[in-house]
Amino acid sequence: MKPDLFEAPDYYNVDELLSDEHKLVRDAARQWVKREVSPIIEDFAQRAEFPDQIIGGLAEIGAFGPYIPVEYGGAGLDQISYGLIMQEIERGDSGVRSTASVQSSLVMYPIWKYGTEEQRKKYLPKLASGEFMGCFGLTEPDHGSNPGGMVTNFKDKGDHYLLNGAKLWISNAPFADVAVVWAKDESGRIHGLIVERGMEGFSTPETHNKWSLRASATGELIFDNVKVPKENLLPGKSGLGAPLGCLDSARYGIAWGAIGAAMDCYDTALRYAKERIQFDKPIAATQLQQKKLAEMITEITKAQLLAWRLGVLREEGRATSAQISMAKRNNVEMAIKIAREARQVLGGMGITGEYSIMRHMVNLESVITYEGTHDIHLLITGMDITGHAAFK
Amino acid sequence: MKILVCISHVPDTTSKINFTEGDTKFDTNGVQFVINPNDEFGLTRAMWFKEKQGANVTVVNVGGPETEPTLRKALAIGADEAIRVNAEATDGAFVAKQLAKVAQDGGYDLIIAGRESIDYNGGMVPGMLATLTDANFVNTCIGLEVEGNEATAVREIDGGKETIQTSLPLVIGGQKGLVEESDLRIPNMRGIMMARKKQLTIVEPADASNETKAVKFEKPAPKGAVKLVSPDNLDELVSLLHNEAKVI
Ligand SMILES: Cc1cc2nc3c(=O)[nH]c(=O)nc-3n(C[C@H](O)[C@H](O)[C@H](O)COP(=O)(O)OP(=O)(O)OC[C@H]3O[C@@H](n4cnc5c(N)ncnc54)[C@H](O)[C@@H]3O)c2cc1C
Repeated sequence: MKPDLFEAPDYYNVDELLSDEHKLVRDAARQWVKREVSPIIEDFAQRAEFPDQIIGGLAEIGAFGPYIPVEYGGAGLDQISYGLIMQEIERGDSGVRSTASVQSSLVMYPIWKYGTEEQRKKYLPKLASGEFMGCFGLTEPDHGSNPGGMVTNFKDKGDHYLLNGAKLWISNAPFADVAVVWAKDESGRIHGLIVERGMEGFSTPETHNKWSLRASATGELIFDNVKVPKENLLPGKSGLGAPLGCLDSARYGIAWGAIGAAMDCYDTALRYAKERIQFDKPIAATQLQQKKLAEMITEITKAQLLAWRLGVLREEGRATSAQISMAKRNNVEMAIKIAREARQVLGGMGITGEYSIMRHMVNLESVITYEGTHDIHLLITGMDITGHAAFK
Repeated sequence: MKILVCISHVPDTTSKINFTEGDTKFDTNGVQFVINPNDEFGLTRAMWFKEKQGANVTVVNVGGPETEPTLRKALAIGADEAIRVNAEATDGAFVAKQLAKVAQDGGYDLIIAGRESIDYNGGMVPGMLATLTDANFVNTCIGLEVEGNEATAVREIDGGKETIQTSLPLVIGGQKGLVEESDLRIPNMRGIMMARKKQLTIVEPADASNETKAVKFEKPAPKGAVKLVSPDNLDELVSLLHNEAKVI
C-alpha cells in the first residue's frame, strides 16, 4: 500500500465554521488515522479481518461515545466533534467507522438515553475505554427495512425474561461483549435488552465472504431460550421509536463519515491525475478528468455544508429524523459516486489495493444499504413533504 | 525541574508558499499552522521529563491570538501551562528578548527551543536566548538527560556525535533525535479535555527592538521544462549537453 499522503480539501473554508477545539479533535483523529489505520487497513481488509489492535487507539481519540457525558467515561463533546471524528475515521475505512458508530450511537447512546443509572455506570465507562465492545441487534432475516415486523421476542418468567429469535447482519457481533437487542414483549411492544456474551443460549456466528466492509466483523445473534436478568431491560423508552432514536444518531455520524471517504478518493484521484502522463501531458490537463475532479470537489463542498448545518441543528436539539435521512442519503450517494469516478481516474491502478479507492467504493455499498437503505431514506423525505407514507 | 519549551507556530510542511505586499510578507491565506517540528521533538522530550522525573512544563510562544490553537495543542499533549507573548514575531533578536523576559520571570532550569523554526529558518533564537539569560547552551541537540543539576547532552556534529557534560540552567536548540518521529504524541481525548482547564496566560511584550528587517522574499525559480532523449540516441544527448546546456 502506498504511503498515506492525504491532504484534506476545504474549498469553501469550512474550517472557519469550526471552533479551535473542533479542529484540535479533528486533527488528532486525522493524525491517528494516518499513523495507525492507513498503514495496516488494506491488509486487514484483504484478509477480511477486524484489526483489533486499534481498539485502544479509537478509545483514546474519543471515537467511542464522544458526546457521552464525562461522568460516564465519555468526552462530553458536541455533535460537530462527533461528526468530525467519524469523518476522519471513515477517511481511513468505512469498516472501522462502522465499529465506532455502532459502539457510540447504537450501544452507548441507548444505554445513556434509555438505561437506568446502574446500567449507565456499569457499561458506559467500559464501552468508552474499549474494554467492552458492543453490537446492536435490530435487523432480522425476514425484517430489514421493516424492523417493526420483527419476530424476536421475550417472555416474562417472573425473575427473568426468556429471549428467543435471531438477528442478522450485525456489525461487531463476532467479538462483542454486550449486545443491545430489540425484541417484542408479550403484547408485541418493542423493548431494548442488554444481552451479555456468555449468557446460556446466546451465540454470534460470523457472516463470511462479504465483498464490502471486509475489515469490519459482521455476524448473527442467535437467542435460544436466553435467560436475561430483568435489570438488563432498558426502561427509558419502548416502541419502534427507541431503536430509531439510536439510528438517528448513527445516521448523523454516517453523513459526516461519508465525506471522509469521498475526500480520500478525491485527494487520491487529484494527485494521481496531476502526476500521470499520457499523450505527453498530465491526464489532469484533459477536460474529461477535470470534469470528474471539479464535480467531486463541488459535491464534497455541498456535503460538508449539509453536515455542518445538520450538526448545528442537532446540537440545538432541533434536527428532525427526516433531516437526518436527507443528509445520510445525499452524502453516502455523493461518496459512492465519487469513489466510482475516482477509481476510473486511476485507470488500472485504481483496481489494486495499492490505493484506497476501490476499498472505499465497495465499503460504501454497505453504507448505502445499512442504517436505512438509499430508497427508504428517499421515502422518508417523501413522506415528510407530502404527508403520505409510500413504504407501508 | 521547571522546563520552558519555546513553541513556534509555523506553516505545515505541505503548505503552498506565497508572498504578498510586494514580496515582503508571507501569505497566510489557506495555510494550516502546526507546532514547529523541531519544537515538537523538544516538547515530547519535555513530556518524558514530566512523566519520569516530575518536571513541570510551560510552553511559550511569541505571537498574536492566531497562535493560540498551537499552544492549546501543546497543552493537550500534556504541557502544564502556556504563555503567549502578545506581539508579532518580527525578528530573531526581538523574539529572543521576549523569551528571555519570560524565562527570567519564571526561573526555569531548562529551556528547550528548536534548532530553527521551519518557516524562516533563522536559527538565531536559542543562542541569543542563552546569552540573554546567562545560561549554558547546546545547539543541534539530539539527546538530553538531566540528573539533579547536571545535564548530559548529545550534539549532532558533521559526520558524528558529540556528548557534552554541562549544568543547569541550560538552553538547548533541539531537533529530531531528542525523540524519534514515532514518539511524537497525538493529543488524546483526555488531554484535549484537560487542556480546556489549563492556564493560558497572555503577557504584553517587553520593550525591545528588532535588529533586522526582511525587505524581500524570493521563491526559487520554477523548474524548467524537461527534454526526454531516447536511450539509444546518445549522440543527441551529448550534443544537447554540450551545445544547449553547455555543461560538457
Ligand atoms: C455490512 C452490514 C452491516 C450491518 N450492520 C447492522 C447492525 O449492526 N445492526 C443491524 O440491526 N443491522 C445491520 N445491518 C442490516 C441493514 O440495516 C439492513 O441490511 C438494511 O436495513 C436493509 O435490510 P435488508 O437487507 O433486509 O433489505 P430489504 O429491506 O429486504 O431491502 C431490499 C431492497 O428493497 C428495497 N425496499 C424495501 N422496502 C421497500 C419499500 N417499501 N419501497 C421500496 N423499496 C423497498 C430496499 O431499499 C432494498 O433496495 C447491516 C448490513 C450490512 C450489509
